[in-house]
Amino acid sequence: MPADILERKLLFVTGKGGVGKTTVASSLALLAANRGKRTLLCEIDAKGAIADALETGRTRFQPTEVHPRLWAMSMDTEASLREYLRLNLRVPVVGRIGPIARAFEFVATAAPGVREILVVGKLCYEVRERNWDLVVVDAPPTGHVIGELAAPQAINDLVSIGPVRQQTGWMLDILSDPFLTGLCIVATPEEMPVNETIELAARVRSETSVSLAAIVVNRVLPELFGRGEEAVFDALAEPDRAAALAKAVDGDVQPVLDGAGLAVTLRRTGATHLERLRAQVDSAVPLLYVPYLFARSHGLRATRQVAEALSAELGY
Amino acid sequence: MPTTAAPVRSGSLDQLLAAKEIVVSCGSGGVGKTTLAAAAATMAAVRQGGKVLVVTVDPAKRLANALGVEGIGNEETRVPTAAFSDAGITPRGELWAAMLDTKQSWDALVRRHAPNDRTASEILANPLYQNVSGRFVQSHDYIAMERLYEIHNKGIYDLIVVDTPPSRNAIDFLEAPERMADFFSSRLLRWLIVPYRSRVVNFASRPFYQVADRILGTQFLQDIAEFFMLFQTMYDGFVKRANAVERLLHERRTTFMVVSTLEAAPLREAEQFIEVMSAKGFHLGAVVLNKVLPDYMRSDRSAEVAGRLRARSDELSEALAPGLAAPAQIHRVLDELAESFLNFQVVACREAEQQAELAVTPEVVASVPYFDTDIYDLAGLVRLGERIWS
Repeated sequence: MPADILERKLLFVTGKGGVGKTTVASSLALLAANRGKRTLLCEIDAKGAIADALETGRTRFQPTEVHPRLWAMSMDTEASLREYLRLNLRVPVVGRIGPIARAFEFVATAAPGVREILVVGKLCYEVRERNWDLVVVDAPPTGHVIGELAAPQAINDLVSIGPVRQQTGWMLDILSDPFLTGLCIVATPEEMPVNETIELAARVRSETSVSLAAIVVNRVLPELFGRGEEAVFDALAEPDRAAALAKAVDGDVQPVLDGAGLAVTLRRTGATHLERLRAQVDSAVPLLYVPYLFARSHGLRATRQVAEALSAELGY
Repeated sequence: MPTTAAPVRSGSLDQLLAAKEIVVSCGSGGVGKTTLAAAAATMAAVRQGGKVLVVTVDPAKRLANALGVEGIGNEETRVPTAAFSDAGITPRGELWAAMLDTKQSWDALVRRHAPNDRTASEILANPLYQNVSGRFVQSHDYIAMERLYEIHNKGIYDLIVVDTPPSRNAIDFLEAPERMADFFSSRLLRWLIVPYRSRVVNFASRPFYQVADRILGTQFLQDIAEFFMLFQTMYDGFVKRANAVERLLHERRTTFMVVSTLEAAPLREAEQFIEVMSAKGFHLGAVVLNKVLPDYMRSDRSAEVAGRLRARSDELSEALAPGLAAPAQIHRVLDELAESFLNFQVVACREAEQQAELAVTPEVVASVPYFDTDIYDLAGLVRLGERIWS
């Protein structure tokens, strides 16, 4: 396994809903581009989340350069099917592909892995053709990503001959090579995201051939007080000292003390979850910490700040 | 920790749960909808009495954890009274819980709708079915509603609280019955189940079928066709059921509780969900905002106090030092707590702004503060429930 997660060619980024998966995917892509890599960032769900994170216009299937060396695209199964037909089967696709795509959509809904294979197939194709130094994928959330990553194998098992069988063959070669492909799980220091991360890490290992490249822990609260300082804080919060403080600054200090108390509690609860995470995933998988951003929770500024934090964590 | 959690609009969750038979908890992943569904059901059982059931599809076993009950399965299980007495609570009614197993529920559905046992066994043994039943047309969403309908029909419970599956999108849940009915009545499905030979004769000239054959291979199409032929025998049962499920969700006794945090992405999804709900004529009973920072963090006066604490930390630390600690250490503590307050205030103000932008008028809007510990037992659920109750 390569030491540096950005040394791979294909990086899937997933995580429980709401943990900041898109921000982390965007910032990893931004960081790679800033380090001179020709990078493609691909959004699977087409919710426009990448456009928000990078403050660009709406992304399309055709990659657009949104930052020096950084291209963004959103997956579109119809467009991907069209490209597949053109490149692989040399089927003349004239005019609208709509009816075919709709019918295909139907088969894809019914047959396991058909839609996923178009998505993963397109990404693997970009890697095989060496179109980019790195492809970063803002993948579906934890509940769905296994289906995506396991699709080529599922199809490979179901379809015995023909072009699809060949496709899934080379896709599997790319996906199962830890030097080429990695999965990055984003978590926050909370109970559920940590539980899901632990479960997903185990499933990735048992149900897919993709290697777990890193876990990014987002929104880590700063440690408020150092050694011995918490005792000082507790002493300051005692009634007589609090009263003295209030008198000195001419105002009610209780909310400020309560606020610090809440911050300490949140930080401490988070720390216990992180200990559990560290204890229950393979110790070879690096944990990268991104601090909680108070000033901005989304947008380009937040993406840049997360990229800076990741840069420091990766030792650049 | 001190905070207010009073609903800002007229109704209360208390009234809502007393008036409805079904409450559907929805929202994007990670906002706490499972915990809130469990808290609402627990409160109803404790305060209002009767038989209350909470159903979840949560694969992460969150509900079992929160209820402090190991091994809740596909069948409804009563939360033992001992669990309540351990938490020092005497409930007026009974609390039941079920955790939906998608695969088991699908199998049961096939057995119910298949025309005979032989067809049922053939479907269950079909490799495609086994592969598909886990993720077949939003199968979690559909099966959750199907199960809800079944349980409700039995008439055993006074109140059923349903936690929705972690969909890509909350809207998928609302559209699942419709999609299921569409799926079974589509033209392509009918084409697929025409025997292969006549299919080629009838449709050979059409580009899709050539393409489909070339991509997927004739054998795979055959397998799919066989699977659907078997499935087709259940068509009437499925469509009828899907329509009935949809009607139940529209009835007056059913309401929706939308859960969100005040972060940008979940909030945006909640807003879109509410819009679609109202367009489709579902009843929006409550919006619950979870993990909201306490009100006092927004106070300007407190921010000024924090500012003065930091500005005067030199002299304050000297004055407080005797009998406490070195002035430098006190200095740092004062700076830190002032800085922390000001940091969190930025977040609290942003949250308030986002809450104001939530331009909807459900009967109940409640906010739930950050709790100092995670909710992992009945006592915790009641503590949480009390915040949103009246």
